[in-house]
Amino acid sequence: MPLLEIRNLTVEFSTTSGAFRAVDGVDITVEPGDLMAIVGESGSGKSVSMLAVMGLLPWTATITADLMAFNGHDLRGMTAKQRRRIIGRDMSMIFQEPMSSLNPCFTVGFQIRESLKKHTDLDRKGRQERAVELMKLVGIPAPEKRLGAFPHQLSGGMSQRAMIAMALACEPKLLIADEPTTALDVTIQAQILELLTGLQERTGMALILITHDMGVVAETVKRVQVQYAGQKVEEQEVGALFDDPHHPYTAALLAALPERATERRLPTIPGVVPGQFDRPTGCLFSPRCRFADAHCKAVEPVQASPEMGLALCHYPLSHGEPTKKEQAS
Amino acid sequence: MSAILTAENLKRHYEVGGGAFRSAATVRALDGASFALEPGKTLAVVGESGCGKSTLARVVTMIEPPSGGSLAIEGREVGPDGAAKDRDLRAMVQIVFQDPYGSLNPRQTIGQTLMEPLMLNRPEIKAEERESRAREMLRMVGLRDEHFDRYPHMFSGGQRQRVAVGRALMLEPKILVLDEPVSALDLSIQSQVLNLLIDLQEKFQLAYLFISHDLSVVRHLADEVMVMYLGRPVETGPKDEIFAHPRHPYTRALLSATPVADPRHEKTRIKLEGELPSPMAVPEGCPFNPRCWRATDECRREFPPYEGERHRYACYHPIEE
Amino acid sequence: MSDASSATARTIAQAPPSPLKDFWNAFSENRGATAGLVVFMLFLLVAIFAPLISPYAPDTQFRDALLQPPVWTDGGTWQFPLGTDPLGRDMLSRLIHGARFSFFIGIVVVTVATFFGVVIGVIAGFAPTWADTLIMRVMDIVLSFPSLLLALVLVAILGPSLLNAMVAIAIVLQPHFVRLTRAAVLSERTRDYVTAARVAGAGKMRIMFRTVLPNCLAPIIVQAALSFSTAILDAAALGFLGMGAQPPTPEWGTMLAEAREFILRAWWVVTFPGLCILVTVLAINLMGDGLRDALDPKLKRS
Repeated sequence: MPLLEIRNLTVEFSTTSGAFRAVDGVDITVEPGDLMAIVGESGSGKSVSMLAVMGLLPWTATITADLMAFNGHDLRGMTAKQRRRIIGRDMSMIFQEPMSSLNPCFTVGFQIRESLKKHTDLDRKGRQERAVELMKLVGIPAPEKRLGAFPHQLSGGMSQRAMIAMALACEPKLLIADEPTTALDVTIQAQILELLTGLQERTGMALILITHDMGVVAETVKRVQVQYAGQKVEEQEVGALFDDPHHPYTAALLAALPERATERRLPTIPGVVPGQFDRPTGCLFSPRCRFADAHCKAVEPVQASPEMGLALCHYPLSHGEPTKKEQAS
Repeated sequence: MSAILTAENLKRHYEVGGGAFRSAATVRALDGASFALEPGKTLAVVGESGCGKSTLARVVTMIEPPSGGSLAIEGREVGPDGAAKDRDLRAMVQIVFQDPYGSLNPRQTIGQTLMEPLMLNRPEIKAEERESRAREMLRMVGLRDEHFDRYPHMFSGGQRQRVAVGRALMLEPKILVLDEPVSALDLSIQSQVLNLLIDLQEKFQLAYLFISHDLSVVRHLADEVMVMYLGRPVETGPKDEIFAHPRHPYTRALLSATPVADPRHEKTRIKLEGELPSPMAVPEGCPFNPRCWRATDECRREFPPYEGERHRYACYHPIEE
Repeated sequence: MSDASSATARTIAQAPPSPLKDFWNAFSENRGATAGLVVFMLFLLVAIFAPLISPYAPDTQFRDALLQPPVWTDGGTWQFPLGTDPLGRDMLSRLIHGARFSFFIGIVVVTVATFFGVVIGVIAGFAPTWADTLIMRVMDIVLSFPSLLLALVLVAILGPSLLNAMVAIAIVLQPHFVRLTRAAVLSERTRDYVTAARVAGAGKMRIMFRTVLPNCLAPIIVQAALSFSTAILDAAALGFLGMGAQPPTPEWGTMLAEAREFILRAWWVVTFPGLCILVTVLAINLMGDGLRDALDPKLKRS
């Protein structure tokens, strides 16, 4: 049984200028011990879909799904509060800005002990010991001393480590890391990613890494899900994805990486990600797609076969060439 | 080709803190950078936060005066007043900022934004001429005529960055300081803007001071690279040299820490211990010594002298080629 | 390059709503604010067309109808729908003309306070540390007095009149604008577009008033709206204490003061001016809150 299974998740925000669909029919399957990434640019809905699972979206959001189950619990119809109580121990999340994710008014130690108090039945002494243990686990030197530090006394990297320690407090089965290293320097990013994958290996938890950085994806995870404009457009093993992307968007994105460039002018993807007011009909990528034809612009595509990376495309690519399996009349 | 801008031992120090009962501390945000820019070439400045690359941008753009060293543009020494009174000097160096959402005035239309530099520096140009030049610039950076009267909030990040580049070019500068121009942009937009920058450089023979932390972009764009650490350049040289044979341990560590978008890429990652020190408390001697795996007592005493000719590095124990 | 611009053509075709439209959407979503705006507009119309809609002049005395009660009570007539005051003047006409004074006070006070407050605030935001400290400490001193008391002292020095009351209230309100403007300026001036304007060669004055100030206006507009009601309230209070508008001016606070001794005998002479003050102030405050919600990006839902 998958640890987390979501089918056809849709999230709509009501704004002053109408409804905005941030997530549009996304499927996510996470097996226990999985190490996967959700990749996308801004506006791809990659964070929103995870926040929806965690029940962390504001009241303006409407969440619908055909299936949303975590560890055997059906999450639909639960209030955010019930959901947090049931899954709070088993599912944790860390965020991009470690500095603003920690409460500046309390020491790091207090915040870790607080989350232990909520989710475990350890006594006072037990909580302190566990907190020290956690700080050691995430590689913070002199943990006893650092527990008494306030968030502003820690550097970005240390804060992110403290956040990870808090997220690990109850030994979660699933850790969602939302752009955990985007705000950090390269050398610190390397440390944090190593820490996360090391912890994943040791504890056997599943890890979902939300990121926009293809380099991080390539070096860190096993499986990748690509999202575009709120839709899941492709899912593949990491090696296969970089070798033979099946969705034109993935292919174009990889081609645009400067390190893959063969000449001085980089290949570009024309246009911008569609926003609230300019969602095209048919395939959402069709206005920017090199291979799009009239059929793409009129008819919404359906998922291709698993061999084709479940690509959401009428003509999924195979080695860079579209497979015209069913020519539109 | 001769250099259009030369910086010798450029420094910028800040006094911080200092209250009724404490004396002020000095932050050496930029502590002795020497480099030269050539027309049509790109010098990339690489480093992590606190390395002084943004301070360098501000000093070169003459927003802040240097605290020491010398800065000369086309052979003219930049005085302590910077460009405050010298229009020609100011027109020579322009800047593009990282955040396209913060660098355009939300209350100015794109047209006003583009025309402002001309209006302030070339008052002799008539209004019609000003407008036609701004419209021409709009086309040059890949936007269209009807964008002229729109406000920035109607544009995406990539389009705003095009406007920011256009504004910087209105005074026909010879040097463009690019302070992380693409790091706030999505990958699919990034390549559009990079191509634009390449086109413009070829067209106008611009000298770029390209500040970035993204080594894959630097590798693509730069001719020369300067690696900085805590206010000092630790290694400078031609791009291929730096990427293929880094001599300074920090450069090596930085290169190995940068993720490569290739799952099959096997590499020996150098794991740097510890945090970046704060620029408030730069370690004695070579600033990298507390994190360096090759450091000896010597490194803790004094900043190493620069070695090499075109490929210069400051290290007592450089990595063998 | 060419492909990029052709594609942007498609996407920009449906531009997002203009800031004004966006503002109106956010503002009209707030029912209280809309109601406040409607009431405010009504009062404004009444104030503008006072001579046309009021049945009598505010100072015409009807000697045979002293203290006549409103029409719906015993002894009331349609001749004086809201009754008359102790001197036989029509309450309705006086209240309608009173709206003029209230708006006049509000507009003058807010204009004066905003203008000087904003100018001083911008200067403080850009001044060297010592000048900034000096300005802000002076403002702190002004703020440390209870505002009405300070206004009273000022009026006592300047002499009681409507004009002096307005000056006093403007001085009392002005530090709020200084603080607000300075805070907004300090957060705006470090933004990149300000640096960009400097690199483009903009002088200090231009940066202060052309580049930075327009981007600080949202909180100032909100504060101006809220100050409008404070000004009306303070002017009424000063009038009530006999330090503001002098009789026979039909100013609401002064009317209250004049009728003080008849409170027990003729409830309408104090109730109606009081209600007018209450409704106007409430309406303006509701409107101000709506403005704040719609203009302040920090409170805005994204």
